[in-house]
Amino acid sequence: MNRPKARLVTRPGSIRKVPTGIQGLDEITGGGLPAGRPTLVCGGPGCGKTLLAMEFLVRGATEFGEPGVFIAFEESARDLADNVRSLGFDLDRLVSEKRIAIDYVRIERSEIEETGEYDLDGLFVRIEHAIDTVGAKRVVLDTVEALFGGLPNENILRAELRRLFRWLKDRGMTAVITAERGDGTLSRHGLEEFVADCVVVLDHRISEQVSTRRLRVVKYRGSLHGNNEYPFLIGARGLSVLPVTSMGLDHKASGRRVSSGLPRLDAMLGGKGYYRGSSILVTGSPGTGKTSIAAAFAEAACRRGERCLMFVYEESASQIARNMRSIGIDLERWVDKGLLAIRATRPTLHGLEGHLVAIHDEVQRFEPSAVVIDPITNLTLVRNEWELKPLLMRLIDFLKTRQVTALFTSLTSGGDSLEESQVGVSSLMDAWLLLRNIESNGERNRTFYVLKARGLAHSNQVSEFVLSDKGIDLVEPYLGADQVLTGTARVVQEAHDRAAAARRAQDHEAAVLQLTGRRKAIAAQLAALEAELDVEDRKLAAMVREAAAQRKAAAGDRRAVADLRHGKRPSNGRKEGKGR
Amino acid sequence: MRITKPTAGKPPAPDFYRLRLYVAGQTPKSIAALANLKKICATHLEGRYRIEVVDLLENPKLAAGDQILAIPTLVRKLPTPIKKIIGDLSDEERVLVGLDLLPVAAAAAGGGRHG
Repeated sequence: MNRPKARLVTRPGSIRKVPTGIQGLDEITGGGLPAGRPTLVCGGPGCGKTLLAMEFLVRGATEFGEPGVFIAFEESARDLADNVRSLGFDLDRLVSEKRIAIDYVRIERSEIEETGEYDLDGLFVRIEHAIDTVGAKRVVLDTVEALFGGLPNENILRAELRRLFRWLKDRGMTAVITAERGDGTLSRHGLEEFVADCVVVLDHRISEQVSTRRLRVVKYRGSLHGNNEYPFLIGARGLSVLPVTSMGLDHKASGRRVSSGLPRLDAMLGGKGYYRGSSILVTGSPGTGKTSIAAAFAEAACRRGERCLMFVYEESASQIARNMRSIGIDLERWVDKGLLAIRATRPTLHGLEGHLVAIHDEVQRFEPSAVVIDPITNLTLVRNEWELKPLLMRLIDFLKTRQVTALFTSLTSGGDSLEESQVGVSSLMDAWLLLRNIESNGERNRTFYVLKARGLAHSNQVSEFVLSDKGIDLVEPYLGADQVLTGTARVVQEAHDRAAAARRAQDHEAAVLQLTGRRKAIAAQLAALEAELDVEDRKLAAMVREAAAQRKAAAGDRRAVADLRHGKRPSNGRKEGKGR
Repeated sequence: MRITKPTAGKPPAPDFYRLRLYVAGQTPKSIAALANLKKICATHLEGRYRIEVVDLLENPKLAAGDQILAIPTLVRKLPTPIKKIIGDLSDEERVLVGLDLLPVAAAAAGGGRHG
């Protein structure tokens, strides 16, 4: 775990801590339980006190070289060994190797008579003997309060318990003392007043038929600790506490980008896809294609040679693989290569916390670089949103710290307030893709847009989301003057537009033709007129020439007459006129 | 383990009392308990009892066998069933009740728990 635990880690000079080895608990306590001191673990029946205590011992013996003693007041050594075998703890072996000693302390009130003063030296002797047998550093008393039922004199008992805890401290034992939770008190018999160093409370709540275990460090003298309630699971490998708090907002933001698996979506997200380590929310009503987007994302990660972990809560792994194959995404191939793991569980298997712990666990083991959770809404079937948010925040923080890109799908119920219903969760997300069904003209079409994408110059374009056996396609929808059309309406409108355009082109051609014709006609007319003008010109010229010729001819006639009369040649015309 | 008062009778009779007193070192309570026990036995069980004293500081392993927590604890090993009396045995009547001796001893006082 690369949590920012440095913040909680003990500084030199403050108390020394002993790691419990319990997943998550050491993070919450900043290193473990106070060394050489008793810690009280209280909780109701069946909430995991004994298992916590046992894991503390077993991990101590196997991982930290600290043998331990288990003083059982409620279960026999045989029962204990049987009960913890399911967690993979082999008590019998540890006992035979003298790494753990178990002493079952049983008292029957009915066979005990009390007369006069006594003390619990017998118990001390037994504990000491067990400690010496294995050289113990850790001691568990489970559940010491059983003594209150078995021994009649409470005053003596309380004094002796006080002495016992002090004695354990003097011997430098890191002790876990379990106690039943009381009404309004941490433990039924007020053991917390003796064990003041560290108190851990376990809780087991059932809400809407789903049980959830939680752990809280109520008190840790001399140390910082996480104050919240942390959900925990009892899994196949012991306890697992979900320690990720929302205390830290200091994860490094990566500038690297990862493809969404859909080139067009990458383009809509500023060209290169999501940021690595970001969290992406895909919301939509049923059948809008959320899982397909998730699968495309998962496949893209595998194609890059990265590991991807899918948590699915609605379909089985093989069903999801089959369904995705129908849109051209072959998930099985990547599963076979070990790059993809699909974890399918029913949402009702655990409470939300349980699921988150399980996710946590799996992520730590599989170490993926991409995680898909499909859908988060199913985890929250029985939850209020305000409960969901902090838990999801922890998960997102956890994934971010590990630079895991996470894609969450979320189912929205139909209706107008799609955005509103997601507000609580969406504020945690870096990118939010919205899928919508648009119903019109007797058909339903999927539309898609990027509602937000932090730090990315994303497109505000609504796209049509088309699923076919060729895969997922994001199609530019019809963007008309005052409408956005999708599906067949888009196709029809596009055809319509094409026809209109063709018609317009024809009209234009016709008009041009007509105009050219007219121009030609006019030109022709012009030519005709010009020809006519020429003719007229010629006529005129001819007339002028004719007139001149006539005048000449007339003058010639007159001279000839005069000559005939006078016998001499006339000199000019005036003379002739004068003569008249 | 030391046997403080071996009795004469070898075969344990049905009303033979085998008693074991667990102590942890010579504490005042333990010393008082042993003294009180001896006195009660001498009074009520003349000749049909045997007392063992087990010091758990010497034999800590023996504590688990009889499920000893409190010190001092007197265990009636015989007759069965096993009975335990914790404390310094200063209240004689309660010791007798614990050892199922009261009906005999206190018959005059108006009967006991068992017939």
